[in-house]
Amino acid sequence: MMNVPVEEKIFHAQKAVPMDKHNSSISIKVKDLNVYYSSVHALKSVTLDIQKKAVTALIGPSGCGKSTFLRTLNRMNDTLPGARIEGSVIIDGVNIYGSEINVVALRRIVGMVFQKSNPFPKTIFDNVAYGPRLQGIKNKSMLEGIVEESLKKSAIWDEVKDRLEKPALELSGGQQQRICIARALAVNPEIVLMDEPASALDPISTAKIEELIHELKKNYTIVIVTHNMQQAARVSDFTGYFYLGLLVEHGETKKIFTTPDKKETEDYITGRFG
Amino acid sequence: MRESIVSNLTVKHDNLSENFMNGLVRIFAVVPLIAIFLILWIIVKNGAGVVTGSFLLLAPTDGMTQGGIFPCIFGAIAKTVLMVVMALPLGVAAAIYLVEYAGDGIVFRLIRAAVNNLAGVPSIVFGLFGLGFFVLFVGRNLDQVLKTGLLFGQPCMLWAAATLAILVLPVIIVSTEEALISVPQSHRAASLALGATKWQTIWRVVIPQARGGILTGAILAVSRGAGETAPILFTGVAYFLPHLPVVNLFGFIPMVNPFDQFMDLSYHIYIMATQSVDAEKTLPIQYGTTLVLISLTFLLNLVAVLFRMYFRKKQGLVTI
Ligand SMILES: Nc1ncnc2c1ncn2[C@@H]1O[C@H](COP(=O)(O)OP(=O)(O)OP(=O)(O)O)[C@@H](O)[C@H]1O
Ligand SMILES: [Mg+2]
Repeated sequence: MMNVPVEEKIFHAQKAVPMDKHNSSISIKVKDLNVYYSSVHALKSVTLDIQKKAVTALIGPSGCGKSTFLRTLNRMNDTLPGARIEGSVIIDGVNIYGSEINVVALRRIVGMVFQKSNPFPKTIFDNVAYGPRLQGIKNKSMLEGIVEESLKKSAIWDEVKDRLEKPALELSGGQQQRICIARALAVNPEIVLMDEPASALDPISTAKIEELIHELKKNYTIVIVTHNMQQAARVSDFTGYFYLGLLVEHGETKKIFTTPDKKETEDYITGRFG
Repeated sequence: MRESIVSNLTVKHDNLSENFMNGLVRIFAVVPLIAIFLILWIIVKNGAGVVTGSFLLLAPTDGMTQGGIFPCIFGAIAKTVLMVVMALPLGVAAAIYLVEYAGDGIVFRLIRAAVNNLAGVPSIVFGLFGLGFFVLFVGRNLDQVLKTGLLFGQPCMLWAAATLAILVLPVIIVSTEEALISVPQSHRAASLALGATKWQTIWRVVIPQARGGILTGAILAVSRGAGETAPILFTGVAYFLPHLPVVNLFGFIPMVNPFDQFMDLSYHIYIMATQSVDAEKTLPIQYGTTLVLISLTFLLNLVAVLFRMYFRKKQGLVTI
């Protein structure tokens, strides 16, 4: 399962010729992306390269389009009424807005963790096994293997290994969020999108999630939205600053947080804004 | 100054109309309580002595002035089960379409309006509709096409149940809709983001969470449909039937015969009270039958509550 090339997984018909197959450091290439919600122009000509196996943080004031941008990467905007998207998002050489794209297959490659933890009202096991089961995996020991591996990767195995058959909703908020991360990892994605994954959590749970993100970037490309500057500085390798639907600046986190090119970025980061 | 504030705060606003209205709404609020208590008390007081083992297990005798009501219990249960089997899939499917697929366009509004109006149609109209549509139109035409003589084109349990199914459809649709709407949007999003198709999301995430509500709808439908007399009047119920509506499948597996007529609890009460040679004499039977009908309905409601508690507990939600 690991060795199937991404572009083959995305496409039903495997006739696409990958364009950037050898440009291996870039995971996602976003070109001239515009998103409209009925009359709102939520993203304006965003162009951005997202690096493989690194953490990219998206920051910016409320309503600037961070979540909207994140949702364009796994086409979750498709599910919102009135949303319209222009431009291209190229993942490992394939434009995910191309006409032959299988959205379901795309979402298996680009996983997502939401701001508010949203485990299903099922057992812990059934939550994590949800994705694999969708793909037709029924074998009990195989599912158990996937569940255990995913929970371990999400740093929650030790806390729940004795109660996999208990409802996930009985866990604490921080634990529930890590279950949601495990659930996303169980699908075996290449890219993990996280929309303010720790904003509803206490400092200890937040620290655990940050530690986890640090660990995960060894194997996954991670894009994270956060309102917390320190968090962005701590966990990310690259940072993009959005303002009113525009990507104002993007670059290495170190640079953005010390010597940003744009005055607006500096103002926002130093708290002289918003 | 200070004194006046204190006296203002402590002065009682006990004007007459305030107290009067207060008392009035209190009295009105207990009316339903009194009503249900009186109904139950009268029925239990008069019916409890009648309901014996033989009353439950024997057929009526002596021109239906003696004996039991077993055929009525049998018919009522069979008819109700058949009704639910027909109405539940239809109603749930309609609700799924309304909540998960239809936007709020013209189709949605038309179906919405139809459902609301259906709920307001008097039940006798359903009876006439059932006779005209199911028995005479569908049934007679089936007989003609299938060359089955007079099998479909006459009143029978199938058409009575079908008529009742239409009657209870709005109940099922509305409660299923409510159950589906109450499933958080975030769960649908989570499922889709994990690579589920829309239908997989509905089947694996939405419906399991809505099960309790769907079940409640089914039970409400039973409560509503089981006691109706008018819709089955012309479509399948029998005044008296010397045999049970049972047929032997392949000659040896007994099963309910949906093409036969049937006796029914609520209709039995109705004819005992209005058509009996001696209505006074059959009064105990009426009370007994009513007690059985009410007990069955009550039992079903209890089952529904237990089921709902069970589902919620399994999902890790708080009970009730
Ligand atoms: N489903 C929607 N329908 C219509 N407009 C929307 C929708 N979602 C977002 N918007 C609008 O698009 C713009 C960007 O919203 P978005 O949620 O992407 O911002 P955000 O940066 O994530 O904000 P926050 O930090 O508050 O989460 C806002 O003006 C918002 O009102
Ligand atoms: Mg957001």
